[in-house]
Amino acid sequence: MEYGITSLRRLGKHGGLIALAILLLFNILITPNFLQLQTLSVNISQVATIAIVAMGMTLVIATGGIDLSVGAVMALSGALAPLIFGSQFGTDYPTLGLMAALCVPMIIAMLCGWFNGAIVAYIGVQPIIATLILFISGRGIAQVLTNGNLQTFQNPAFSYLGTGKVLGLPFQGWLALVIAIILSLVISRTTFGRYLLAVGGNERAASLSGGPVHKVKIGAYIVCSALAGLAGLVVVAINSASDAARNGELMELDAIAAAVVGGALLQGGRAPIFGAILGAVIIQLVKYTLLANGIEDEYALIAKAFIILAAVYLQMGRRVKHA
Amino acid sequence: MLDAGSFDLRLYVSRNPQSIAVWVAMVALVIFGLIRYDNFGGAYNITSFLNYNAMFIIISVGMCFVILTGGIDLSVGSVAAFTSVIAAYLSPYGIEIALPCAVVAGLAFGLFNASCIVYLGIPPFIATLATMIGAKGGALVISGAQTVAVDWGSNFTKLGMEKAFSVFPWTIVVVAAVAFLLWLILEKTTLGRTVLAVGGGEDASVMMGLKVNRAKYFAYALSGGCAGLAGVFLASGFGAGQPLEGIGWELSAIAAVVVGGTLLTGGMGSIPATIAGALLLGLVFNILNFENGKGVISISAYWQMVIRGAFLFAVILFQARVMKTKQQ
Repeated sequence: MEYGITSLRRLGKHGGLIALAILLLFNILITPNFLQLQTLSVNISQVATIAIVAMGMTLVIATGGIDLSVGAVMALSGALAPLIFGSQFGTDYPTLGLMAALCVPMIIAMLCGWFNGAIVAYIGVQPIIATLILFISGRGIAQVLTNGNLQTFQNPAFSYLGTGKVLGLPFQGWLALVIAIILSLVISRTTFGRYLLAVGGNERAASLSGGPVHKVKIGAYIVCSALAGLAGLVVVAINSASDAARNGELMELDAIAAAVVGGALLQGGRAPIFGAILGAVIIQLVKYTLLANGIEDEYALIAKAFIILAAVYLQMGRRVKHA
Repeated sequence: MLDAGSFDLRLYVSRNPQSIAVWVAMVALVIFGLIRYDNFGGAYNITSFLNYNAMFIIISVGMCFVILTGGIDLSVGSVAAFTSVIAAYLSPYGIEIALPCAVVAGLAFGLFNASCIVYLGIPPFIATLATMIGAKGGALVISGAQTVAVDWGSNFTKLGMEKAFSVFPWTIVVVAAVAFLLWLILEKTTLGRTVLAVGGGEDASVMMGLKVNRAKYFAYALSGGCAGLAGVFLASGFGAGQPLEGIGWELSAIAAVVVGGTLLTGGMGSIPATIAGALLLGLVFNILNFENGKGVISISAYWQMVIRGAFLFAVILFQARVMKTKQQ
């Protein structure tokens, strides 16, 4: 029995990849029309937003934090974009308007991240509570801005974010990939990255050795919110409509689940960026597998619950080894 | 407390400096409401306010125990949705069958959480996140993703809709009794003191030979049971089991506990202050509704969310300041 669990845990090291392989194999054998470009496109366009947010969440989790406000930030940035390119200024100067519709929401999102990070770092409030403030207020602000209305629009240039194709595959999938490469380089090659892991690994030690703990933490929250803001724009672009009530709803849970399935430890000190993408893909594939085989969504939720538990349990072997 | 004469305000304040904020804010809001609105202190407002907030209070009290052990329970909203469906299905057999069964279902979810946390060593945040997702799926499966109407012929809806001795809503009577019992357990029993000790320092508690695992099982089972009870209130008060309800309840409960001055790191906090925290968050809504009713300004539901968040921010800032002065 003991041996069984050890080898099971050893498996857990590659558990994510194995789970992915099993899911793919299962689908190829069972699901009709699985090996089609269309299927791939649909899955990529759905998984990209979760993956983008999950990567930011991974950075925050690496500092030992958590960010509940990502869904609200998505709603906020998604609400701002159509307001900007649909305004008088935006219609008079389409190019400038488009630029502003991309930049302003991102800047606002980063301000949200700064707000979260500052409360955590300077006031010392626990991350779950600090980010709860924007979780509650952020969506409210988005709805105040739009009067709670659904904003529909026709803007091909903006919609490219969510509907464009590069080499036949959705633009946002490539976007997620590029972000992943940049982030993993930042984590492995820059001082910010080293401090990020140090802060999560042992905050006191990082602080005593002169590390800029506060700045690193705030930086992680800013990146996380910026990515959430970007994901909000992508969702709006996919739908050619912005619904502040629904955009990013429950995204915090999906993002946390993806990050954790991908190997992030809630106590911090690890930032597996590609793991977050893997986690997002697994969660998406489970959902797709069940849906494509006519099993209702509610069973997908139950499956998701057990996947999260299994993934975390299997990964704990690693933590013991490193400790 | 049993001996009311021995209650020492100075002692309470020095022991619970972070709880001051909630009492100050509550008194201020109530005085503000009484002065500004005619019917604020009326029997109708008070009873409907208490009745509506009963489920949030009971969930917050359960959450308080979990947080005192240094854990967290994200599953309470989904569990309440699940048990509201169970209670609605069992409503023809009367409240005396439906209520215990729903509470037991809630307890079972709590025990599942505790097992994952204690035996498998899965962090509370993840274990209860999984249960949150799973219980929601379960609620949708057993209800067929529909609201389940209760049986109006039985005494089931009396709990949520009628008043004891035509004064207090039954829900509040139940909540008061349960909360008092839990307060006694926390303050006066070994089990309760162990819950506090675990949150204060788990390793130290283990070395002292305290029954740490038992305290954790107790806290999570209790939180699940309280969520189960809230599900009964939900079904009984609104006449239907609602599988889609409960979204965000866990965060409201956590906010109530924290606003009440309980530290998220555990080991310190109180039941009365938690109840005050839950009431305070409800009071903000109540006052905003009255303000809208005056017709001078109209604050949309969206602004109410913004104001709620800002209010939470203000209380947290105040707490942080009080804690800082206390430490110096």
